[in-house]
Amino acid sequence: MSVPTPPLDRSAGRLPDAFRTAGSSSFVEFLTGHAPHLLPGNRPLPVGELQVPHGTTIVALTFPAGVVVAGDRRATMGSMIASREIEKVFPADEYSAVGIAGTAGLAVELVRLFQLELEHYEKIEGSLLSLEGKANRLATMIRGNLGLAMQGLAVVPLFGGFDLDRRVGRIFSYDVTGGRYEEHDHHAVGSGSVFARGSLKKLWRPDLDAAGAVRVAVEALVDAADDDSATGGPDRTRGIWPVVATVTESGYLRVPDEQLREVAELVEAERRMTHEGRGGAR
Amino acid sequence: MSMPFYVSPEQLMKDRADFARKGISRGRSVVVLQYDDGIAFATENASRALHKVSEIYDRIAFAAVGKYNEFENLRVAGVRYADLRGYSYDRADVTARGLANAYAQTLGTVFTTESKPLEVEIVVAEVGRAPEGDQIYRLTYDGSVADEHGYVVMGGQAERLAGLLADGWQPGMTLQQVLALAVRVLGSPTDEGAEQRPIPAQQLEVGVLDRTRPRRAFRRVAGAALEDLLGAG
Repeated sequence: MSVPTPPLDRSAGRLPDAFRTAGSSSFVEFLTGHAPHLLPGNRPLPVGELQVPHGTTIVALTFPAGVVVAGDRRATMGSMIASREIEKVFPADEYSAVGIAGTAGLAVELVRLFQLELEHYEKIEGSLLSLEGKANRLATMIRGNLGLAMQGLAVVPLFGGFDLDRRVGRIFSYDVTGGRYEEHDHHAVGSGSVFARGSLKKLWRPDLDAAGAVRVAVEALVDAADDDSATGGPDRTRGIWPVVATVTESGYLRVPDEQLREVAELVEAERRMTHEGRGGAR
Repeated sequence: MSMPFYVSPEQLMKDRADFARKGISRGRSVVVLQYDDGIAFATENASRALHKVSEIYDRIAFAAVGKYNEFENLRVAGVRYADLRGYSYDRADVTARGLANAYAQTLGTVFTTESKPLEVEIVVAEVGRAPEGDQIYRLTYDGSVADEHGYVVMGGQAERLAGLLADGWQPGMTLQQVLALAVRVLGSPTDEGAEQRPIPAQQLEVGVLDRTRPRRAFRRVAGAALEDLLGAG
């Protein structure tokens, strides 16, 4: 019996048919049809427990000109610090930022896919998605991850952006099932979020300027780091500061380390003074 | 049963090439010019929505003439190709050369195997960190690729306009200078002795790959910014 010859690869070198098929402007939908193995939620789930790095606290707050999104730099694996300089806040596109708490590996992959999803739409359509549209796309992608979340590999983002139609900063939070909730004024997710929320409640005011909003975000992270072992505070020895980004009408801007160092030192100095003066740090 | 007429392969290819060329020459021309800080694309296009020049990836852009639905299809395929490649490997691994090859194979296959060739001509350009790193590939309906330097013209009257560009273009020109040259060439009279045709900024579609921009190098130049550039040139 003769050995069957494998079919010739007819697409040798040229663009596969899927690339030229009229379809949606979504990169994720294109992947679903053409290369489903590249989607995070589409892989077979291994059985058993595993310990992987987890990212922790993300805070976001609005101010009249836009929104601030900030995250600490710690990733933990059980009781061990897996990384002290992981970055968990990213630009999603020119006018939005996404911070991610949960399984670090999946979170970073999801952010990469989300950034690409927005850029892909922008290139194909020649226009930006609305902020609601972006928030909904992120919800769909989180929903696709539900299987992994049930195995303990949850990813919980916090999405903030400048709404170009309404001209305000807006914040959206999510749960692992893809539930999308608009938050007003401020919000926090991750293990230190309980403490960060308490801090935000006391410190946030509606009339903050950009510098004031950055300071409130840093202070909330310091409070979270104070009481949550999985959240890292500013590290003056190594010069590691939180990632803080502002999103306003003029776009995404990462706050430079130099400014964060000043803010962190100011917060620390104030607390030291209160502690020395009256006893008991704020 | 009747036998089909014999058509020699030469005749078949010639007929297809003539058909494609005729379709392409009906459209307005697109000019692509290198300048000191990047690569500029310009064409006469009254539409603000149906673009002939677009972004493919961080440092890669696409320009086309011919049938809109056909080159739009290729453009979308190119964006998918680039985004998928950048997602699977890294953003730095998406190159104009790879994309030009994929386009060439696609155009070539359609030219020889399908009932009708694609009536398009495209340019895939990538801007480098320095002018020496710039790459401009011109692809024609039959899948042939040319590696161009300095400037390219596609569409109707390409040969005549290329002659004008050859006289006017030189390395190291500024964006203002190349845009002034582009407008002069696009509006040049078809017949000897006829008047030069002015092209207002609203009728121009201009895009640039600006090497000084950090990540996504492509931007459209329109409205007041374009008028300023043209007025000053």
